[in-house]
Amino acid sequence: MDERFNITVRGCDLYYGDLHALKNINIDIEEHAVTALIGPSGCGKSTFIRMLNRMNDLVDDCRITGEIKIGEQDIYAKGTDVTMLRKNVGMVFQKPNPFPMSVYDNVAFAPRTFGIRRKRELDGIVEHSLRRAGLWDEARDRLRKNALDLSGGQQQRLCIARALAADPKILLMDEPTSALDPISTGIIEELIDELELDYTIVIVTHNMQQAARISHKTAFFLLGEIVEYGRTEDIFTNPKDKRTENYITGRFG
Amino acid sequence: MRGIFLFCAVFSILALGCICVFLLANGLPFIGKVGLGNFFGTKWDIHNGDYGILSMIVASLYVTALSMIFGVSLGLLTAVSLYKFCPRRAVAPIRQMVNLLAGIPSVIYGLFGLIIIVPFLRDYISPNGVGYGILATSLVLSVMVLPTIVGVSLDALNAVPKNYYEGALALGATKEQGVFKVMLPAAKSGIMAAVVLSIGRAIGETMAVIMVIGGSPAMPTSLFQSVRTLTANIAMGATELSGDPMTALVATGVVLFFFALLLNASFSLLKGGEKRENKRASKANS
Amino acid sequence: MKTSAHQRQILKYAAYKLAAQAALAMTLIALIAVIIFILVRGIPHINMQLLFGDYTSRAPSLKPALVGTLYLIVIALSIAAPIGIGSAIFLSEYTNSKSRLIRIVRVAVETLAGIPSIVYGVFGYVVFVVTLGFGYSLIGGGITLAIMILPVIVRSTEESLLAVPRSLREGSFALGSSKVRTTFAVVLPCAASGMVTSLILAVGRVVSESAVLILTIGMAVRVIPQNVTSAGTSLALNVYYFGSHGYPEQAAATGVVLLVLVVAINIIATVLGKVFGKGELADG
Repeated sequence: MDERFNITVRGCDLYYGDLHALKNINIDIEEHAVTALIGPSGCGKSTFIRMLNRMNDLVDDCRITGEIKIGEQDIYAKGTDVTMLRKNVGMVFQKPNPFPMSVYDNVAFAPRTFGIRRKRELDGIVEHSLRRAGLWDEARDRLRKNALDLSGGQQQRLCIARALAADPKILLMDEPTSALDPISTGIIEELIDELELDYTIVIVTHNMQQAARISHKTAFFLLGEIVEYGRTEDIFTNPKDKRTENYITGRFG
Repeated sequence: MRGIFLFCAVFSILALGCICVFLLANGLPFIGKVGLGNFFGTKWDIHNGDYGILSMIVASLYVTALSMIFGVSLGLLTAVSLYKFCPRRAVAPIRQMVNLLAGIPSVIYGLFGLIIIVPFLRDYISPNGVGYGILATSLVLSVMVLPTIVGVSLDALNAVPKNYYEGALALGATKEQGVFKVMLPAAKSGIMAAVVLSIGRAIGETMAVIMVIGGSPAMPTSLFQSVRTLTANIAMGATELSGDPMTALVATGVVLFFFALLLNASFSLLKGGEKRENKRASKANS
Repeated sequence: MKTSAHQRQILKYAAYKLAAQAALAMTLIALIAVIIFILVRGIPHINMQLLFGDYTSRAPSLKPALVGTLYLIVIALSIAAPIGIGSAIFLSEYTNSKSRLIRIVRVAVETLAGIPSIVYGVFGYVVFVVTLGFGYSLIGGGITLAIMILPVIVRSTEESLLAVPRSLREGSFALGSSKVRTTFAVVLPCAASGMVTSLILAVGRVVSESAVLILTIGMAVRVIPQNVTSAGTSLALNVYYFGSHGYPEQAAATGVVLLVLVVAINIIATVLGKVFGKGELADG
């Protein structure tokens, strides 16, 4: 496996109908690191990460120009297999969205989708994914229970496990802790720290302490543009742009 | 004023009470008189005092089951298609048309069966030259229940939180996999409610049935054989019978009433279940 | 890259999708076929004699059925409309939804809605034909129909009442209006369109219904009913009568008349709902 999973975005614009939602985005996202995207609501962070696994395809009047590459592959090139792209690029949503089925079936969903049928193999994947998401000890006795009976924090870890079961290389997280209590948030932040070694993680967050705590690099979005991108320490201690400074010191946002 | 409104509201309860009392008061003594064994026996011969309705119960269940097999499979797939696999602009007009068709009188469907389906079956399909019977009735009923199944299942699908679909696609599922593996199972109880509602329609349907069923009180053994359902028994006898045989029809009505109550109860349970599930899901998702 | 098992999964579900699209096509064809065949078979046989002539065995007419249907609409609606609307007012204006009485009323309404019409027919037969000794009569059939359409009116009227914003009621109370005055002067006018729509749909139910009538009004296809205690027939009942008594052409023609009537009623209800609906939006 010498495939690389860094993300390169060059001159990217995104339109919803007439709305110019992302403007001339250029960014290099590193492998095996956590990259945080911060910025006020509606500035295009979520739109940006939904571009990376082509979830924006679901929006009817969405138009994208420019180049987005994962490794060497242009993901918007003609003939790109979107399902394989999404298999490689997992996503965790803002609100936990476990399917209304058992814990086991949730985690086994992606492997089954990709044609894995043997029970032993599925059992292995489910256990491994739940362990990686730190949910195994809590969930091992309730694998057959409905996933909606889990607590909010557990549901979100289940969604992470579910994403990991697809064996992705990149993990996109869209404000994964914004709907959770502080304890669950802490657990998930620790989890992200561990996953960093094996996955390229892009996380959108509203919480600047969170960005500072967990990320290696940070990009500051404002009104559809990337105002500043760099090492997290630099962004938070020594921002180059006045707007970044205003935002992280809480003058607006 | 409040008293008047209160009376109006209580009227429904009174009406339901009256229906129960009158049906039971007239039907149960009759069943008692002829005996349970006679009434639920297989022989219906009013000239000899045999009032067995078993063959009609079987026929009712038979046509209902068959029409559900045709109607549910077709209707459910149609709903799925309207949900995601159909040009966006066509959905609203089709939906409206289906609603309109739900309001078409049952005699019209019966007439369609009588002048189109029965002759067709008689001439081209039936091995014994009989067009009337279970197959003709089931076909008419499955067309009749289509609007109900399509409408209620589509509502159930639309009530499923959209983020399940997104979640499935984000895991690399195709559009089809997302719909069939996630959305459809999630709409399960709403779809079951649609089925129960349609079973009620089919088992209670009278006019469309009597026009195509034939009407012989025989135990069903073939798809092309004149038989009689519970509803047909009542309607066909109604214009001709009097005295004890007429009371036998009332007793048949009691049996049908119990079927209806049973289906009503299961429908409310399922509907309640659907609401609870979607509420739980949206609570979990907020 | 994709494994072959993965490929098979994708193909399997793509096949399901094709099946769904085929089902949609079949459903549409089946339902449209019903309409088309009735129209094709029936339209050539519609004529003045059938519609308005005097009934003879050789040339049957719908005149008795048209009169009978009109009687039934008037009887059923004049009973079910006030009771249904009154009931809906009580449910939405006079109680909180948790009261036990309301729950029982709701269960009763739901249950009434789920009873097959032939069972209503048996009930009507037992009460009006036998117990009260009316014999077959339009009044007996009409009252039975009234009970049958009651749930339709209660439910849709209640819905339109609940859709009236709370603030309007509060505004009226704040001006010192009584509950009754608020209900009649503020709430009901706002909900008028919904109520009218529900009544029109109830008329549609009356026109479509036949199983109730076969047991209560006597299917007297020949004579024009003189008053509400006469036996009678209705359009829908005549479709059955003609169909099963050797008049297939007249049956199809009657079917066309009935079809046109029911579709017209439904369209009027929809259009009225939309027109009034917009008006309300503009006001509120």
